[in-house]
Amino acid sequence: MGRRILITGLASFWGGRLAWGFEQDPSIEVIVGMDTDDPVVALERTEFVRTDDSYSTLARLVRATQVDTVVHAGLVVNSAVVPDRRLHEKNVIGTINLLAALGAEDSRVTSLVVKSSALVYGAAQEDPTWFREESRRTSAARTRVERSLVEVEGYLRSFAEEFANIKVAVLRCANVLGEDLVTLFSKALMMPMIPTIAGFDPQLQFVEQVDIVRAIEFAVSRQLEGVYNVAGDGRLPWSEIRAIAGHPPLLLSPLGTSMSAAALARLGVIKLPPEALNLLKYGRGIDNRKLKSVGFDYRYTTAGAVRHFVEGQRLRRVVGETEPSYRYQGDVESFFRHSPAIVRER
Amino acid sequence: MRQIYGPIYHRWFRADWEGLEKIPQNGGALLVANHAGAIPADAPVIMHGIEEELGRPVYGLADYLFRSLPVIGTAWARGGGVPAHPDNAYRLLREQQQLALVFPEGTKGTGKVFSERYQLRRFGRGGFVEIAMRAGVPVVPITVVGSEEAMPIVAKSSRLAKIIGVPYVPITANMLLLGPLGLLGYFPAKFKLRVLDPVTFDVPPDQDRYPRSRVFEGAESIRQEMQKNLYDMLRKRRSVWFG
Repeated sequence: MGRRILITGLASFWGGRLAWGFEQDPSIEVIVGMDTDDPVVALERTEFVRTDDSYSTLARLVRATQVDTVVHAGLVVNSAVVPDRRLHEKNVIGTINLLAALGAEDSRVTSLVVKSSALVYGAAQEDPTWFREESRRTSAARTRVERSLVEVEGYLRSFAEEFANIKVAVLRCANVLGEDLVTLFSKALMMPMIPTIAGFDPQLQFVEQVDIVRAIEFAVSRQLEGVYNVAGDGRLPWSEIRAIAGHPPLLLSPLGTSMSAAALARLGVIKLPPEALNLLKYGRGIDNRKLKSVGFDYRYTTAGAVRHFVEGQRLRRVVGETEPSYRYQGDVESFFRHSPAIVRER
Repeated sequence: MRQIYGPIYHRWFRADWEGLEKIPQNGGALLVANHAGAIPADAPVIMHGIEEELGRPVYGLADYLFRSLPVIGTAWARGGGVPAHPDNAYRLLREQQQLALVFPEGTKGTGKVFSERYQLRRFGRGGFVEIAMRAGVPVVPITVVGSEEAMPIVAKSSRLAKIIGVPYVPITANMLLLGPLGLLGYFPAKFKLRVLDPVTFDVPPDQDRYPRSRVFEGAESIRQEMQKNLYDMLRKRRSVWFG
């Protein structure tokens, strides 16, 4: 019998992209996706179930579909796009409901993969240059999205302790850049002038969208257990990232930064939440060696991800909206992997 | 950074080294030095000096307070400064086998007033010894003479410091002479630096914890050795400005 997978947050970029990948895999028998909104990609054999913000129907769903693997890709990490109340509902209450459903007596789930964020480490002046998975954050989480993610990871830890038969993998992803994805930093880099806090040149780390999808697929197929950082190799100073993007800085005052950020938000230029301002001051690095040591290889370094993103933007400026590149690549890859037309050695 | 600082190192402070050969040519080592001056000049002198004389980079581990200051924090990071966090120190010393520099006195050393010059303060909680033990590298003590006179503190305001949230707000002799420019202008004191014998600890690396007593003992004996050498260097110094 093949694997039966449930994806939360199917309408998110990650959910859609993962479902796509799983559909190509014949060893995966059933794919069920849930979200509050319609999926944005055309899916062939994925079943879509609409839920409310806090996934209250999940227990019934898990029981009825008898899934063995759950991918929790619905955590909100960009607080600029979701109102505070909804963020708490989705992240904290959603996860509690999910865990309750997985821990029910008749659940057959053996593996849970959660896409979390490096936001759980925060960004502060006391930070080490590189956070390892076991490093603790140096100051208490103050912003709402960070607090909710720290809380979620706490629940996941105690769940993993309680249910030793369920393998829980938590992937803490660095800031993402990708052609098909709008994030806070991709927005900032596309602005004609890039927001910069005067006098600070933080070292930032990025990861390409493909590498995150591949990391989640890797965690599902290997049934990983434990916490893993997901980030491209190396860090880049913000000034260098600006130079690669080719835009001048838009200087924000180092004192009362949140006030100048509020002015920008009011003007409708860009909304920079407090966790982004901390990042623009102190930067953050997470150590990606643990995931590498279990056999994962990244396609892009931090610099590679930035360059790839900027090149994609240049192309878009010339030819307009391009066909999402992943559809094309997915076809080609599945052709090479599964087509009988390919002559295989051995 | 190196090009800008070169002339200051040679012409202004005219740094003189003694015992440079005691710094290992390869492998990690933790350099510890005495710390003085309102805006300490000793860190860049040591870092630049070793880089120039031995061709090895030195990473200065400093109070993270630096990072919250605009411009200064960025300049510090560009010049090879690293926030002092045990993880960072371990990575530099053990995994990358580099030279790292710490000032165990911390801000207690730089916040001294002029009358207390060349009196070593307490060496924190001896954390630097524990770091060297865990990383399995020797500690190389360095004593510096001259930094106290480059920017002496005449008085300090603890109330103002509390308001701004910094360890001390100094009034330096430089400020009295040059006004606010005194924050940038050092007096041309002659810098003399002496490298002492490396100290190794007979313990296995990578342990979770080390006996407190050994850590304190190690830190205290290094402190005494450095104090002894400082007095010796001061005995031999004829002039603050010419050495």
